[in-house]
Amino acid sequence: MSTDRNIPEGRAWVYGDNIDTDQLAPIKSYKNMEAEEGCKFCLEALDADFAGAVEDGDIFVAGANMGIGSSREQAPLHLKLLGIRAVLAKSFARIFYRNTLNFGVPALICADVDRINSGDRLRVDPLKGRVENLTTGETLSCDPLPEHLMAMIADGGLMPHLTKKLKQEA
Amino acid sequence: MPKPMTLSEKIIAKAAGVESVTPGDIVTCAVDLAMMHDSSGPRRAGRMLDELGVPVWDKDKLVVITDHYTVDPDPASAAIQDHAREWVAEKSLPHFLPDQGICHVVLPENGFLKPGMFCVGGDSHSTTGGAFGAFMVGIGATELAGVLATGEIWVRVPETLRIDVTGKLAPGVAAKDVILKLCGDIGVMGANYMVVEYAGEAVRALSVDERMTLTNMAAELGAKTGIVTPDKATAEWLAEAGAGDVDIETWQGDDGAPVSRTITIDGAALAPQVAAPSNPENAADVTEYAGTPVQQAYIGACTGAKLEDLRMAADVVRGRTKAAGLRFFVAPASNKIRDAARTDGTLQTLEDAGALILPTGCGGCIGIGDARLEENMTGISSTNRNFVGRAGPASSKLYLGSPCSVAAAAITGEITDPREFIGEFL
Repeated sequence: MSTDRNIPEGRAWVYGDNIDTDQLAPIKSYKNMEAEEGCKFCLEALDADFAGAVEDGDIFVAGANMGIGSSREQAPLHLKLLGIRAVLAKSFARIFYRNTLNFGVPALICADVDRINSGDRLRVDPLKGRVENLTTGETLSCDPLPEHLMAMIADGGLMPHLTKKLKQEA
Repeated sequence: MPKPMTLSEKIIAKAAGVESVTPGDIVTCAVDLAMMHDSSGPRRAGRMLDELGVPVWDKDKLVVITDHYTVDPDPASAAIQDHAREWVAEKSLPHFLPDQGICHVVLPENGFLKPGMFCVGGDSHSTTGGAFGAFMVGIGATELAGVLATGEIWVRVPETLRIDVTGKLAPGVAAKDVILKLCGDIGVMGANYMVVEYAGEAVRALSVDERMTLTNMAAELGAKTGIVTPDKATAEWLAEAGAGDVDIETWQGDDGAPVSRTITIDGAALAPQVAAPSNPENAADVTEYAGTPVQQAYIGACTGAKLEDLRMAADVVRGRTKAAGLRFFVAPASNKIRDAARTDGTLQTLEDAGALILPTGCGGCIGIGDARLEENMTGISSTNRNFVGRAGPASSKLYLGSPCSVAAAAITGEITDPREFIGEFL
């Protein structure tokens, strides 16, 4: 595994279109439990094995409309807590996209996700917008992250970014 | 001559402190009002604000409403309510509206929204605020914590999708059918990141309650938000809600402002729409699904339990009785609506038909309280989403329809074209 946290490397977990927030964070997973516990129910209705088998450094790969639905940010938070270090998709629902980036997890729009199979080993360079499929030897390109968010993502998300900014202003 | 702008662009430009904006621009906007509820508010965004160690940027511009865990007897829900109350008290926040109803309805009911405002809400259906000519977007809790700390948020100026609904909707056809038709035609990401501007003769003829259904479910088109140009009906609604200084003239789009795409819907020809499990984009004419047995009919949520929604349902069930064995629930979207529906006899009509009136709140829409679907149960509801596991266990199935369609199904026990009932009252 790559030791550089900014260049995640891990196994791909590939799913289809329309992964919604009710699947990523069913209500029982966040009503009365912390996300560290609730993340065990992530994607339960779609793939009961996912939460138990995903490992730190893994990459989540989805089709179109990733994260549609609610604004509940337990959806990307569960993925992060389970160890997911980057999310690739053909397209993202807008609130999920912002929520994911706000947690410091790169969300990358990637037209060629169909060329990735579950279990492939991927190395993702979010700043360059490049995905190396170490299993197939292919290199895929993604849309680069929005430039105005680079500093926030480099700081690890919105809260660390604001903490730093507030300290500088103080 | 300044370049023509849409209403949304004018609001964003004002909030960003610039002359004009163009779709694709990234700007930082000053927030006129932030709204948050008990689920993503004090316990998440509030906690993060406290960790940052800074105060709320402007207490007068924050409204806290409880609606998610208010109808739930679970002690965990009570603890969430206690925390919300304590957090608000500790911060001495002036605008706290607990247990009054669902945030998207309670916020304008209390006069907090006006045309021209730039607003954020910690909930995806915050798009509802667009029915009042405000630009209001839904955001996550971390983003909300950022707004609470700084009073600002970055925005990519959205392209405009204009929906032109021509003609006049037929009796038994509602705003919900317009928006479900759109979900079916362009899909749940059909307006990805765009602002959906609802216009045309049929929209102008809609009440503000009905316009709220359109902007509410802009979220189900993947839109950044939805908006309706304010007019006399808006001004009258807001005057009743006690919103002072409502300026309709300023907050109009310019003639000739460019839009990215226009979709025309023939309002007069539109049939009631029903979305099949488990995605709002599975919408089709009600006749496609007619005869499907349902065991629960639910009139509820910010989308489908406003006063006019309850009246529509009452018109369908008047003088009839619900199907044997079916559970028929009505949860008004706010206490104010409940009281008005009690005064004008609407609740009585619904109860006479066998409806059980539930307390207000998000309730059945998010799988909480008495209207939560049971294992393997099929329901129809006037809510906004029917994703797997949302309104009940993963084995349950949910159809979405207008209050008329839900009421018709309550009577027959199966999905039914509500025009069959409405016709008799003409």
